[in-house]
Amino acid sequence: MSETQSTPVVVADGLIKQFGRFAALRGVTGEFAGGKLYVILGDNGAGKTTLLRTIAGLAYVTRGKISVLGSTEIKASRAEIGYMAHPSLLYDEMSGMENLRYFSELYGIPAPDVDKRCRDAIASVKLDPDLERPVGQYSQGMRQRMSLARALLNDPKLLLLDEPFSNVDARSAAEMAMLVAQARDRGKTVFVVTHQPAQLEAYADEFIWMELGRIVDRTATLGGHQ
Amino acid sequence: MKHGFTVLAVITAVLLSFALYTALVMAPVEQTMGNVYRIFYYHVPSAIVAFGLFFINFGASLVYLIRRNTKADMLALVCAEVGVVFCTVNLITGSIWARPVWGIWWTWDMRLTLTLVLWLIYVSYLVLRRFSTSSQTALLAAVLAIFGALDVPLVYFSIWFFRTQHPSPVMGGGGSLDPHMGYALLLNFVAFAFLAWLVCWTRYRLEVAQRAVHEAEAMQSLMEGAR
Amino acid sequence: MSFLAITRATLAKDIRLEWRSKDAINAMLFFSLLVVVIFSFAFDPTAEESRRIAGGLVWVAFLFAAIVALNQTWARELRNQVLDAYRVSPAPAIPLFISKAVGNFVFVAVLEALMTPLFIAFYKLRALGPAWQLLPIALLGTWALVVNGTFFAAMSLRTRAREIMLPLLLFPLSIPALLGMVNSTTAVLTGESSPTFWIALLVAYDVVFTVACLLLFETVLEAE
Repeated sequence: MSETQSTPVVVADGLIKQFGRFAALRGVTGEFAGGKLYVILGDNGAGKTTLLRTIAGLAYVTRGKISVLGSTEIKASRAEIGYMAHPSLLYDEMSGMENLRYFSELYGIPAPDVDKRCRDAIASVKLDPDLERPVGQYSQGMRQRMSLARALLNDPKLLLLDEPFSNVDARSAAEMAMLVAQARDRGKTVFVVTHQPAQLEAYADEFIWMELGRIVDRTATLGGHQ
Repeated sequence: MKHGFTVLAVITAVLLSFALYTALVMAPVEQTMGNVYRIFYYHVPSAIVAFGLFFINFGASLVYLIRRNTKADMLALVCAEVGVVFCTVNLITGSIWARPVWGIWWTWDMRLTLTLVLWLIYVSYLVLRRFSTSSQTALLAAVLAIFGALDVPLVYFSIWFFRTQHPSPVMGGGGSLDPHMGYALLLNFVAFAFLAWLVCWTRYRLEVAQRAVHEAEAMQSLMEGAR
Repeated sequence: MSFLAITRATLAKDIRLEWRSKDAINAMLFFSLLVVVIFSFAFDPTAEESRRIAGGLVWVAFLFAAIVALNQTWARELRNQVLDAYRVSPAPAIPLFISKAVGNFVFVAVLEALMTPLFIAFYKLRALGPAWQLLPIALLGTWALVVNGTFFAAMSLRTRAREIMLPLLLFPLSIPALLGMVNSTTAVLTGESSPTFWIALLVAYDVVFTVACLLLFETVLEAE
């Protein structure tokens, strides 16, 4: 475990997110130091995805303040964030390289570096960069790995993964878990929302337990929560 | 606040009754149309009130877009709803009036067409508010209101030019107004304005209460979770 | 990362995706053809007055084809939540809007180019006025539909009954543009009046709403 950053990477203060009669977040407060791997756990409807999307700057809170990478401006940190969700966030009709080349443009990766960066990202998730098959025809495990490659493309400081192991074969899941831990070892801060915490038990720094829109506990081990 | 509301309600009731009496009994009979024309005392004021409310909606939407002020959003919603009601009254009374007088149910004259287009825009505004799944419904609605406001002058000019090429009967009558009629019209306008104010105020209070209830329901589990 | 580079990349990506799902294009092309045929059955093309009503018919047919096309192009961004990938990147919102609008414009223009010869054939259309004016009218009118259409298609992503919300929001606001398109086309076809005012109206409409869309698109895109 490394503690390369002393200032907290994410600071949440009383986050409330309301949709009409329903509140997804009912007062989330906490500070999260950099360079750690956090695993967020909880039942469906606990607010895990909402919290992750709020950190990613994709969702707004009704009340409360959140600061990500030192800024409360939603758009300020986008270049430093990598986000992955259960849907692949990829275009089904294009190949892996074509997808990543497009997203490289969005991140402003200079043209001469694009090809190498994309190939490296795909290789790092143990996929073949020269595979011309469209992503829509991949297996779920391959697709999630390619999605992770996309999330890592811009070498983000903050990595946010929402259910990366869902419906994924055991080998792909283990590979991704290892990659995520390696990202943390390189100094990145990682938040993973998952229903399969066992995959990350060996690597995680902290487990965050959510219930009914609030953080109810933070433990160092999986067995620490009552 | 409570007193103010009651006072307003009483004044409105008085004004409306008197205005009704003026319109139906006191105002002189019109030369060509006979007593049918009296519907004009509802037709014209409802149009002015509707347009006024839509204008307030535009202002409130603009404020919301810039400041994200919840009160501005509620005001916008209220004015849109009540405005649509008065606009509907205007369109229907216009139709009812036209039929016995000019023999037609509808004509594409300037005022009517503009009113119809505004009605369409604001109904779509209300539909958007109802069908939105976003948590930022107020913002989307405000954007639509701005677009609507930008559209109005374009609609005006397009109909104006169209009418110069295809003249048709002008409803609501041009020409000068008998001073007694003018008085009755003004009175009815004031009465309608007060009515609109009363209804808007009621609807506003309802909206405030509704939002408070939603918020309470949403946060309810917080109490349970804290146990 | 520049606006131009991102716009170009997004447009290229969209064209590539459109090309690869040829089914959708073919279906759209066939749909446009059907619309023309149905209209020709409904409004008897041998009538004397066809030149007078053709302007309206043609533009209503274009409007329906455009609605179907507009709904399609944003639908692609909803699959696999891929729009989130754009939003979470530092790329600004405006290049996305411009590339979608331009892409839609090209797509609708292709549909119009297919439908027009059919209308000319079915209605035996011949312009009595200066026919060259039909080109700027077509361009301005199509842009009027597409610019607001792209904007409101994006807005309707945030609603239920998404596909009906687009025409519901678009039609009332498009009324002045529709008057402009139809009347200018009729003016040129019949040669009985000058389309100048209507063309000026279309220009005003296009300018006003292009600016409004560019200024407010980001608000709509981020309104989750």
